[in-house]
Amino acid sequence: MNPITQFAAERKTAKLSNDEILRYSRHLIMPEVGMEGQLKLKQAKVLLIGAGGLGAPLGLYLAAAGVGKLGLVDFDVVDFTNLQRQIIHSTETVGKPKLQSARDRLSGLNPHIEIETYETALSSQNALGLFQDYDIVADGTDNFPTRYLVNDACVLLGKPNVYGSIFRFEGQASVFATQDGPCYRCLYPEPPPPGLVPSCAEGGVLGILPGLIGVVQATEVVKLIMGNGTSLAGRLLLYDALEMKFRELKLRKDPECPICGPNRTIHELIDYNQFCGITPEPPPPPGLTEFELDPQDVKKKMDRKDDFFLLDVREPHEVEICTIPGSHLIPLGQVTARVNELNSADEIVVYCRSGKRSGQAVEFLKTAGFRKVKNMRGGILAWSDEVDPLVPKY
Amino acid sequence: MSVKVIIPAPLRQYAGKSDSVLVDGQTVDEVLQNLTERYGDLRKHLYSDEGKLRSFVNIYRNDEDIRYLDKGSTAVKETDVLSIVPSIAGGGPVGPGAPAMAGGLSLLMKAYCERKMR
Repeated sequence: MNPITQFAAERKTAKLSNDEILRYSRHLIMPEVGMEGQLKLKQAKVLLIGAGGLGAPLGLYLAAAGVGKLGLVDFDVVDFTNLQRQIIHSTETVGKPKLQSARDRLSGLNPHIEIETYETALSSQNALGLFQDYDIVADGTDNFPTRYLVNDACVLLGKPNVYGSIFRFEGQASVFATQDGPCYRCLYPEPPPPGLVPSCAEGGVLGILPGLIGVVQATEVVKLIMGNGTSLAGRLLLYDALEMKFRELKLRKDPECPICGPNRTIHELIDYNQFCGITPEPPPPPGLTEFELDPQDVKKKMDRKDDFFLLDVREPHEVEICTIPGSHLIPLGQVTARVNELNSADEIVVYCRSGKRSGQAVEFLKTAGFRKVKNMRGGILAWSDEVDPLVPKY
Repeated sequence: MSVKVIIPAPLRQYAGKSDSVLVDGQTVDEVLQNLTERYGDLRKHLYSDEGKLRSFVNIYRNDEDIRYLDKGSTAVKETDVLSIVPSIAGGGPVGPGAPAMAGGLSLLMKAYCERKMR
């Protein structure tokens, strides 16, 4: 490298350009950040796990703030249902990889930062290698196996894990795995068994909620980098958007914690699907099982005026969006309590939005002794595609 | 004597949709016992089949985790607030647990692409 370029490169890492000084002027004139804080931001490397609901505000604000290197891990593609909350993406980027969409948006927002993208599913095989190059990890995932994986990798590497999680209109945030602070396993030693806690895809989420929780995470990242303020480490912030209430609970380092306690038993990353009781889904069989019906066959039964009971296990507010004529509503959560409203002698066809909840209802009804019960494959989504396009998908 | 129990969003559907309920009891165990007697569906979300409080559900008396107080025997008084704080995972799909979710999204993408082709 010629001496002038080398000098310029060194100056670039050690100093702000005039363009950057102008860009960050509202930071530079406040004593809590100043030139020192802004240079710390410029030298910081932050890895964002997920470019979704939480990753969107995290990425946007950390890029705007001038965090020198942002890494993004995701393997998803932008779809229309993302746009209600994932404000880093746009209608034009539907169908494109989320990382490409996010990179374009972030580099447009701030060309002075480096953006590294990793189009891969985070796994026990790649997590340590990915995290190694970064100072801080911000967790914006939507599933328990990845939550525990991110936590464990952060603990093993001694890197702070800035945590945020959301459900419907409630959120949680904290900072885990700081030097003396608790980790995610100290808070929750074990995950819930699959199916007991609905995901955002099944349970829904208020679009603004990840905005607020993601911005709390971004704030904690910036504070950790600058080394000022009081971190959320050791505290769990709970936010209820409907009540507009923030609460704070104390988090303690669990002396029995299997990964950060003194007698830890976990020394390397494990199989997190197994830990969370998840068996990888087998590829769908070519035909349907005896407990499934295609939407077109349900339509044929209707046209033939067959005697059957059409059971909708969605929530009442979903029925307001759309419904299939002649159906009876019993939300999934009430099926066990209201099973007496059903007659096991009837032929019952169950549906929901995607076929997932109705699949659970069918499983339950089978165990309750119903033999003539079938799941409408693909739910409302497939009904709209294959039978009646006037029924909106959501 | 009754204390206020705050019900988190994921469990409200099993507690008559209430965000908080007043429940009688002198200890955390008594309060939760009375709560799950009133709302039977809550029970399996709070307790395992062996009757142990589930490890992904934490109970706080005010801002303290009862695991660091007297656990189920932690005394409560009328001015206390008990919070049920289950783990939630929402954020954005990525990683080892994502395939099920990714399947759901790819279904939507398929629908979207088909719509575009029409």
